[in-house]
Amino acid sequence: MSSGNGRKPAVTERIGVYVCHCGSNIAGIVNVQEVAEWAASRLKHRGVVIGRDYKFMCSSLGQELIERDIKELGLTRVVVAACSPHLHEKTFRVACERAGLNPFLMEMVSIREQVSWVHTDKEVATLKAQAVVSGGVERVLHHEALEPLRVPIHPATLVVGGGIAGIQAALEIADAGFPVYLVEREPSIGGHMAQFDKTFPTLDCAACILTPRMVQAGSHPNITLMTWSEVEKVEGFVGNFEVTVRKRARMVKEDLCTGCGICQEKCPKKVVDTIYEAGLGYRKAVYTPFAQAVPKFPVMDVENCTYFIKGTCKACEKFCPTNAIDFTQQDQVLRLNVGSIILATGYEIFDARKVSNYGYGRLANVFTSLEMERLTNAAGPTNGQIVLRDGKTVPKSVGVIHCVGSRDRNFNNYCSVICCMQSLKFAHLVHERTGARVYNFYIDMRTPFKDYDEFYQRVLEEGTLFVRGKVAEVTDAARLPGEEGKLIIQVEDTLAGKQRRIPVDMVILSVGLEPRPDAQEVARRFGISCSVNGWFIEKHPKLDPVATMTEGIYIAGCAQGPKDIPATVSQGAAAAARVLGKIQQKELALEPVRASVLEERCSGCRICNSLCPFNAITYHEDRMVSEINPALCQGCGTCVAACPAGAISGTVFSNEQVLAQIEGLLLLNLGEEALAA
Amino acid sequence: MLPRNGLVSNEVFEPTIIGFTCNWCSYRAADLAGTARIKYPPNIRLIRLMCSGRLDPTFVLKALANGADGVLITGCHPGECHYIEQNYKALRRFQLLRRTLAGFGLEPQRLKLVWASAAEGAKFAAEVASFTEEIRALGPLQWGKARSAQTEAWEEALTEGMEVAA
Repeated sequence: MSSGNGRKPAVTERIGVYVCHCGSNIAGIVNVQEVAEWAASRLKHRGVVIGRDYKFMCSSLGQELIERDIKELGLTRVVVAACSPHLHEKTFRVACERAGLNPFLMEMVSIREQVSWVHTDKEVATLKAQAVVSGGVERVLHHEALEPLRVPIHPATLVVGGGIAGIQAALEIADAGFPVYLVEREPSIGGHMAQFDKTFPTLDCAACILTPRMVQAGSHPNITLMTWSEVEKVEGFVGNFEVTVRKRARMVKEDLCTGCGICQEKCPKKVVDTIYEAGLGYRKAVYTPFAQAVPKFPVMDVENCTYFIKGTCKACEKFCPTNAIDFTQQDQVLRLNVGSIILATGYEIFDARKVSNYGYGRLANVFTSLEMERLTNAAGPTNGQIVLRDGKTVPKSVGVIHCVGSRDRNFNNYCSVICCMQSLKFAHLVHERTGARVYNFYIDMRTPFKDYDEFYQRVLEEGTLFVRGKVAEVTDAARLPGEEGKLIIQVEDTLAGKQRRIPVDMVILSVGLEPRPDAQEVARRFGISCSVNGWFIEKHPKLDPVATMTEGIYIAGCAQGPKDIPATVSQGAAAAARVLGKIQQKELALEPVRASVLEERCSGCRICNSLCPFNAITYHEDRMVSEINPALCQGCGTCVAACPAGAISGTVFSNEQVLAQIEGLLLLNLGEEALAA
Repeated sequence: MLPRNGLVSNEVFEPTIIGFTCNWCSYRAADLAGTARIKYPPNIRLIRLMCSGRLDPTFVLKALANGADGVLITGCHPGECHYIEQNYKALRRFQLLRRTLAGFGLEPQRLKLVWASAAEGAKFAAEVASFTEEIRALGPLQWGKARSAQTEAWEEALTEGMEVAA
């Protein structure tokens, strides 16, 4: 481009270009040596004084290479061509800083994710890598020395979701001495774990290990428990979020209620409990979902309460010994200030009705795994008796079907992780309590992790029968003698290589886990994203599974993906550790991406004012100019792009940097003679 | 030897495309396409912005005036913007830019807007592939190559405007 000749000032910067092999990840497709040499020779007039390639730039030796060059060659700018800056930008910034170069004078360009991993032609990939490096070189010439922004961090934390993940996270932070708000949508904390009877592979009783934690969380001086509540709005940013929580009216005064349970006893209205009892049992219109609920205060289900429907009844009020019932209570809207947020919103179970050939909802004695949890639970609707839908017949044969809704391209492609072990647990419990013949129908048996496979061996030895194959159909249409009155499981036994029809009394569908139906909406509210399958996306799938792309927002438990209880607890604790680390720092260093107004150029047109969603731009009537508050600016750059006078500039992504990068990417910096050739 | 405007192999026109990505979604989609080793044509060269709202229309004109045959703008899906709603502003600018391009006598299809979330590596790769074919079908953009004195002057003024803004 002609502008390369004459119009640009001579380059005085001294740039080092470092091209990483990443083992063979990059070097296998891109001729890295050629790229480094090309940069050193063809971009010499653009300030490149050295071009090096190295096996692993991110290794300490690779970093030392850069540091030495900065000191010995007097580099004033550095370009690293390697993996995505989201992976190693920090590494190389720190290396520059160690050598005395301002970290923001380093530019990282991706030739792995954007070149070697996505292209196949070596020659073309090498050419593209050169263009990408050239873009980086032109861009880095316009970098400026910057300091990270420092913001104070509020010591309080919001934990959303009171399942075992949220409880664990809340307790860890509270035990460390910092305040936590634990918000739960249901009347009690405890989550899905509170519904279970036994937990695999140790078979300890879920309630026995969970309820002490619930009580701890409920009575902890540093934990403010808010159940029957939902987060409505999140404003602000890392270190200083302002959260709006709607605390739904319980119709029960928490300061007067003793949790004696008389209101529940006296309430004449029975309602099918579709949540805690999975539709197998009843609760009252005023209720606590289960005896050990935390907090102990009941809630009133106004949609089913006779008083709210007909205007009379008030039995609960009449019998309440402390006058704690209050039919006039209104929702409360609370504003909380927190520095960090942990989302532990859990999962939903797959709707078994969708697999119509398994007959759930049509054939009475087809149960879901969650129903089975309630049936086996000593505190459940049958007091732990495993019986058919009639409530009395003990099954003589039971079929457990794995992977219902999971690993199935018609429903969910993924493995739900817990179903194999859950099915083995049911096999054991049914066998133990009823002596019934138990069949497990599986596609692949997945029993990784501590003591899991041993449990599988144990269930095998107990005499459970295993059939490898995906069940085609569950039907009550008897065709052969002995099938009358039974549920017949039609399956291809892939080990025996034949079709089988197995009559049983009871079928348990081991349903998979799904994201909450409102996961997408919640993600949006908190400014994070969901994967294709709908789970919250972590910052890095291996190295940062609890952080998200949004600073200050962490995830734990099944909201991030299906996992068992030990993994959920670990993740809850890990998220808490990350939050505690931040709180201890008292101050956060943020990327200094901010916009600012050059007053002399501002015409006061106010176009930018309405563009900012963070209200960071104020207009000064007296001086007739706009000003950007750096504490509120989030650095999106929309105002920079919109200012007709070019009065707004943005750090790290300035016009000059982007325009220079375009020139570099299009190789306009090579000079006319190179282009003519 | 580096051909200035695209790579010509077997007389098939290889367009040069500049792609703008958002730090929070589409740049990550590109990362994901890489991690998952999903292949797409090498014609695109990406630039990272913090948000599609950062896209100054000048960037697009600059790219097209300097040798790019097409420009792909990518951002977060409506409602998923990291900065609440700035991708809608990108959408508005895109609509205006397309009309502006037509006014310049260019095919407005040389500019495309695609939403890609951080999870959509496969979609990102597929969009790049289809856009590359669309631009290939349109043929080379003569804006950058056969520059008239007028274009030169116009571009100079444009660049100066940006420099003053610094």
